[in-house]
Amino acid sequence: MNRFPVIEMKGISKRFPGVIANDNISFRVYPGEIHALLGENGAGKSTLMSILAGLYRPDSGTIKVKGEVIRLHSPRKALEEGIGMIYQHFRLVNNFTVAENIVLGSKHVNWGIKQERIQKETREISHNYGLEINPAVRVNQLSLGEQQRVEILKMLYRGCDILIMDEPTTVLTPGEVKELFQVLRIMSRQGKSIVLITHKLNEVMEIADYVTVLRRGKVVGDDRIENLDEGILTRMMVAREVVYSQAQRDSSPGGVILNVDNLKIQGDRGNIAVHEVSFNLRRGEIMAIAGVAGNGQRELVEALAGLRKAVSGSIEYEGEEIKHYDAKSRIALGINMVPEDRIGMGLVPNLSVIDNSILRSYYKEEFYSGWFLNYNKIRSYTDRIINEYNIVLSDSNHPVNYLSGGNLQKLLLGREIDQKPRVLLASYPIRGLDVAAAEGVYDLLLKERDKGTAILLVLEDLDDIFRIADRVAVMYQGFIRKILDVEKTSIDEIGSIMVGTELAGV
Amino acid sequence: MDNTALSALLAATMIAGTPILFAAAGELLAERSGILNLGVEGMMLVGAAFGFICTLSTGNHWLGLLAALAGGGFMASIHGLITITLRGNQVVSGLALTIFGSGLSGFLGKSYQGAPMLFKFESLHVPVLGNIPFLGPVLFRHDPMVYLCILMAAAMWYLLYKTRWGLTIRSVGENPQAADAVGINVGRVRFLCTIVGGMMAGLGGAYISLVYAPTWQENMTAGRGWIAVALVIFALWNPSRAIIGAYLFGGIEALTFRLQTMGIHISSFFLAMFPYIATIVVLVLVTIRRRQDAGAPEALGLAYDREER
Repeated sequence: MNRFPVIEMKGISKRFPGVIANDNISFRVYPGEIHALLGENGAGKSTLMSILAGLYRPDSGTIKVKGEVIRLHSPRKALEEGIGMIYQHFRLVNNFTVAENIVLGSKHVNWGIKQERIQKETREISHNYGLEINPAVRVNQLSLGEQQRVEILKMLYRGCDILIMDEPTTVLTPGEVKELFQVLRIMSRQGKSIVLITHKLNEVMEIADYVTVLRRGKVVGDDRIENLDEGILTRMMVAREVVYSQAQRDSSPGGVILNVDNLKIQGDRGNIAVHEVSFNLRRGEIMAIAGVAGNGQRELVEALAGLRKAVSGSIEYEGEEIKHYDAKSRIALGINMVPEDRIGMGLVPNLSVIDNSILRSYYKEEFYSGWFLNYNKIRSYTDRIINEYNIVLSDSNHPVNYLSGGNLQKLLLGREIDQKPRVLLASYPIRGLDVAAAEGVYDLLLKERDKGTAILLVLEDLDDIFRIADRVAVMYQGFIRKILDVEKTSIDEIGSIMVGTELAGV
Repeated sequence: MDNTALSALLAATMIAGTPILFAAAGELLAERSGILNLGVEGMMLVGAAFGFICTLSTGNHWLGLLAALAGGGFMASIHGLITITLRGNQVVSGLALTIFGSGLSGFLGKSYQGAPMLFKFESLHVPVLGNIPFLGPVLFRHDPMVYLCILMAAAMWYLLYKTRWGLTIRSVGENPQAADAVGINVGRVRFLCTIVGGMMAGLGGAYISLVYAPTWQENMTAGRGWIAVALVIFALWNPSRAIIGAYLFGGIEALTFRLQTMGIHISSFFLAMFPYIATIVVLVLVTIRRRQDAGAPEALGLAYDREER
């Protein structure tokens, strides 16, 4: 494109405890450009843009805005430089009117605030960009699409010329998406730069001028849209060299233990999160659920574990209908779950390793002497778990949140596996773990599989699926689109199904 | 009850409501910014002690008020440090502040126990208006603090609802993420509101030791700080309602003293309960009606950490 970049980020790195979110990233945006920042969940897109918006400070790297090196130490500083970010969760004050939200924190507005006046200003600018909205309405009465309009107007009111939008279309209806793209094109024509954080390829192809692809915190490719197609982008987003592990080949699945038929599940907001899915799970196999997060995986696993009610359909366990069983009776049957949120749902962070290790079995007689917990027995039980599952820690009396991510996961997995489950449900068991820790978790899972346990794994990284799973069910928008034999499929095939752009002929 | 007695009761109501309104308006400001400060009682006590000692030793009650401002502000800054800078628990810190304030004021005032205040605010006698029968003595013959207090509460209403600063303060209490995203310094706004809130509590305390009961007694605020906290809820975080509530609660306090002399037998304990019962009733009503705009600030009591994920 023309002239100099408005934004030039160089060598940006940012770590969070246990995770490298951004690893030496360089990123450029030119004036008037619609730039898509593409990648899977957890690839580091939002972190990189939060750094640009002044919300996070990078551990290293420099940022040039309009040619000058600038330290963006706060959102205020970023706004002064003309950089505005619209987050996935809108930053709006629900109890304020549209106009109040738009002028909030701005210096253009007079000290004494007159409602008529700020509403008139709001109306004017919303007119200019074709973003119609009633300025006198409270934000909590607006739809998500309308709230997004308020966010855009807020940035325009502040005179931002670089607008970052984090997954802007997830909350929109198809019609609203069209309108949004229309507005973005108007803005781009006026010389404003727009960065779209997204993982939807069709949108990228439709609106973007330039694409940068992130994967695991690194830039894996960037180019003008003319030089790209969806196939290339899919490969960049999800693929790496695939190493088939030997252990995986040795699987010998037995009979069906869990049979799910036409299961329909409600989401948190009363929507239907999972539409009539059917599949079965066999003893001694690992079935992976692939899909971009938020396509119904969480709801499916929760429904299988008894934490969420199914609307219709059936779940048969060894031929027995268990749809109406609660979580505790399902555990008693041997269906155990390792939740996605280790420290929030799986473990109690401020309790010791010892206490956490018996959370699932504290009521069993073996841990009691009469009325009282017998800590000698519990301690030896904990020690056994620590040894058996190679958990590294300095003192099992310490709160569990002192452990690293990998050890947390091993403790959690160990605790569940020790219950001798017959069906194990695990969500993102290696999320955020480094290679060695992930290896440890794989080994545990494969060993468990070889003992004949049926394992259902929710995974987001396709490489992991090829490493460990026997079969893979690909979810997209609440449907299981396909169940594939891992040996007979390819990353491209899975990748295109999970982003909703199945390749021609499929 | 004859006219004179009624007018005396209403005049006493104005006086009794003043310290509560000072403290409540201050607490309201802090809570609007999202900081719950349960240390009002402690801040009032320290303000009362500072105000009393400074006035007695300098002979100037205006200097005494300045000292009370400083005392209350100092106490509140401890709360700010713990809850805003260090993101500590607001309830724990506030309760500690109350206990600390009670101890500190008792210690400072030990040698003044029971001493009378020699320098008093002269009551204004508003010309013309003060001569109106009945209303004159009720409304227009008080000391300047009574009027300053109403003025401050009214100014606070204007500030919160009609100015840019007010919008800023309320946004920080409602949704600090949103405020931060548009460049508002959340910590600074909260600190400022907390300290100004503490200063007003200090003034409220000083009013008790300088005017209301012009003497020094240990723990002389006698729970008015808690009434102020309740009043903020009763007023649903709106200063204009706080003015009404303060005189309602003040009137009950004034009544408590007078009922016995009038030979009416209602237990004084029952009257002392009234402000709290009224607050609970209001809370229940509001919860039933679920009015979005009339509730507590959404982020009240929550620490803000920008990088929290």
